[in-house]
Amino acid sequence: MSTIPYRLERREDTGIDNGRLAIWLFLASEVLFFGALLSSYLLLRMGSEAWPRGSERLDVAVASVNTLVLILSSVTMVRAWEHARVGRHGRSRVLVLVTAALGIVFVAIKAYEWREKLQLGIRPADDLFYALYFTLTGVHLVHLVAGIVVLLDLALRARSIEASQRGLLAHRLEISGIYWHFVDLVWLVLFPVLYLT
Amino acid sequence: MSGRGRGSWLGRVFSTDHKVVGLQYGFTASAFLLLGFVLMLVMRRQLAYPGEALPWIASLLGEARAPGGVMAPEFYNQLGAMHGTIMVFLAIVPLVAGAFGNYLVPLQIGAADMAFPRLNMLSYWIYLAGGVLMVSSFFAPGGAAAAGWTSYPPLASVATVGQTLWLLAMLALIASSLLGSINILVTILQLRAPGLDLLRLPFFCWAQLVTALLLLLAFPALQAAAVLQLMDRLVGTSFFLPSGLVVNGEALAVSGGGSPLLWQHLFWFLAHPEVYVLILPAFGIVAEVLCCHARRPLWGYRWMVGSTLAVGALSFVVWAHHMFLTGMGTVVSSFFQATTMIISIPSVIILTCLLLTLWGGRIRFTVPMLFALAFLPMFGLGGLTGLPLGLAAADIQLHDTYYVVGHFHYIVAPGTLFAIFAGIYHWFPKVTGRNMSSWLGHLHFWPSLVCMNGIFLPMFAVGLAGVSRRLYDGGETYEFAQGVLHLNRTMSQFAWALAAVQVVFLINLFGSLLWGRKVDENPWRATTVEWSAPSPPLPHANFAAPIEVIGGPYGYGDPAPAGPSGSSEGAASSSHAPFELQARPRV
Repeated sequence: MSTIPYRLERREDTGIDNGRLAIWLFLASEVLFFGALLSSYLLLRMGSEAWPRGSERLDVAVASVNTLVLILSSVTMVRAWEHARVGRHGRSRVLVLVTAALGIVFVAIKAYEWREKLQLGIRPADDLFYALYFTLTGVHLVHLVAGIVVLLDLALRARSIEASQRGLLAHRLEISGIYWHFVDLVWLVLFPVLYLT
Repeated sequence: MSGRGRGSWLGRVFSTDHKVVGLQYGFTASAFLLLGFVLMLVMRRQLAYPGEALPWIASLLGEARAPGGVMAPEFYNQLGAMHGTIMVFLAIVPLVAGAFGNYLVPLQIGAADMAFPRLNMLSYWIYLAGGVLMVSSFFAPGGAAAAGWTSYPPLASVATVGQTLWLLAMLALIASSLLGSINILVTILQLRAPGLDLLRLPFFCWAQLVTALLLLLAFPALQAAAVLQLMDRLVGTSFFLPSGLVVNGEALAVSGGGSPLLWQHLFWFLAHPEVYVLILPAFGIVAEVLCCHARRPLWGYRWMVGSTLAVGALSFVVWAHHMFLTGMGTVVSSFFQATTMIISIPSVIILTCLLLTLWGGRIRFTVPMLFALAFLPMFGLGGLTGLPLGLAAADIQLHDTYYVVGHFHYIVAPGTLFAIFAGIYHWFPKVTGRNMSSWLGHLHFWPSLVCMNGIFLPMFAVGLAGVSRRLYDGGETYEFAQGVLHLNRTMSQFAWALAAVQVVFLINLFGSLLWGRKVDENPWRATTVEWSAPSPPLPHANFAAPIEVIGGPYGYGDPAPAGPSGSSEGAASSSHAPFELQARPRV
């Protein structure tokens, strides 16, 4: 059985460890993924004769609450990591669970928003605006759910992860946190683009 | 990292050892390569004898695909789309990146495994699932995807369910490729043995590094596009469907307003870097083989590395040269025409450096060397014939003709595929501890070289005559094609001969596994790190002891101007010029 070096400790000439390098590379590809979707949005909107204002068709108030929920979850995520880094694993675990819970609140509010639209008979196929609204928020939601699963897994296995190697839990939390903040950031772009313009 | 015992078959099948995963990629991708090749043989039969009943194949295809024994045009379209898809996404890329990258990169940097062994295993299994899904779409109602490997809407948006399976399979393949490329990047950057700074990396690793970057950054565009096309097909959105679309004489009941061109932009944003994904690892393999068998250091190593990075960066700004005929406008066309001409400069630098590596070398005409040498003019021909396609004025005439097919096949078939063969013959002793038969290798190489040219050279003539590449009858019904129609039969006969010759390769490959001559750990007297490992390298460790790197990758001293030559292939011989291994056991 081999041991892979630089799993937790940074390599001197690159100045980073394996996991953090991997998550940043992954996010680079994610930037291009969402970049391609947003470019499509731009191209389709610019090619349309008329485009409705998002605030006329979508519920800005509900989405604003959701935005706050997500920003709050990013704060609890950072706090969770800070506690784990100095060995306060109990508090860290609670905050990870709070972060995941806030994520679930976001999903619930989003589901309510979608249901409202669907009950009014609004479908993604209606026009490009709704097509983009459902697709972009849907893709974002998939990313968020993936993040929630990762966080719940970390919270459940926190003890055994830390037992296997000292500092591993904080490292995992940092990597998951980077991803979580990115998903948060995507929403901070999607919200004004879809709802406010 | 494998949780299961090494002895159990489960532990071996679901292995996390990069060598096992690499070989799994290799065999799976080779099987897909063979399948893609067979699909093409069936197409070539139709092109050589359009409208004639197929022989025994017809009974295999069934009444729906070949009514009365004659191939249905719809089925021909499926074959065309799937041949391209399978060859690019299931065969060549997994071979060069998945198989060669996985197996050789950790060895060449002196690492015990990839940075994330379990992720590595996962990416193979996702690839396999995507591949199986892709191929199984042949059995879907209406058959497989038939809108070309480019899946242009609106044709693809209104196609049968096979197209949905194509998109789902592509999503799996993209996920697999993303995981794989992150793994390769982290491995190369993080797991280099002590002493191996970036500018001591073998060129092969540089090629893999840039390839992984391209896969990482280009594929997400297709991922996004595939999501949008899936929405169009399953939910009824109109991302790629314009208003007023009429299909089979009836107005399509969609909201419209979408843009078919958007798909082309997203697709080619992936697919042009993808072209370099097909060729850069081939450069890497050829560079290693040329240096070793010419006993010369790589000429202009830093220029090669710089050019590779330049090609990688520029490949993101040339995509719309595939779209000159879409009416994007002169300004946009001029831009992409200029970038396309610029990207040919680093490509030519790479090819020139490879050629100059031979200068003053003492060339051993071994089988891997023959394939690597043949790669140079074959790729050169493919590259040069691409220049007119990069110029809008010429491309308007040549677009979508057999000229294009000839052009890119020269790059990928006698180009990349020959590099893959060179790599297999070169590293076979490392993987198995045995050598492949040189005699059978020659019997494989020479007819393959002749057949490849027999297939693809006439395509330029056919294309220049104006024959479209999509024609089910090979152009039989067109007045202007009459003069070149006989070439269709010639090309097909060469294709069948090429198939026959590959049997020799398969016999050599599997025969040598059992009966190949046993060789020591460095039969070619090569210098890079992998040749310091035992053959085959140790499971989950590779090297018998930790190593350190003490020099550049190509420590082939200047050969003496004269001396006894004709050393037998792979044998230890005093006639070899002095060489220095890049690695030694760490003390």
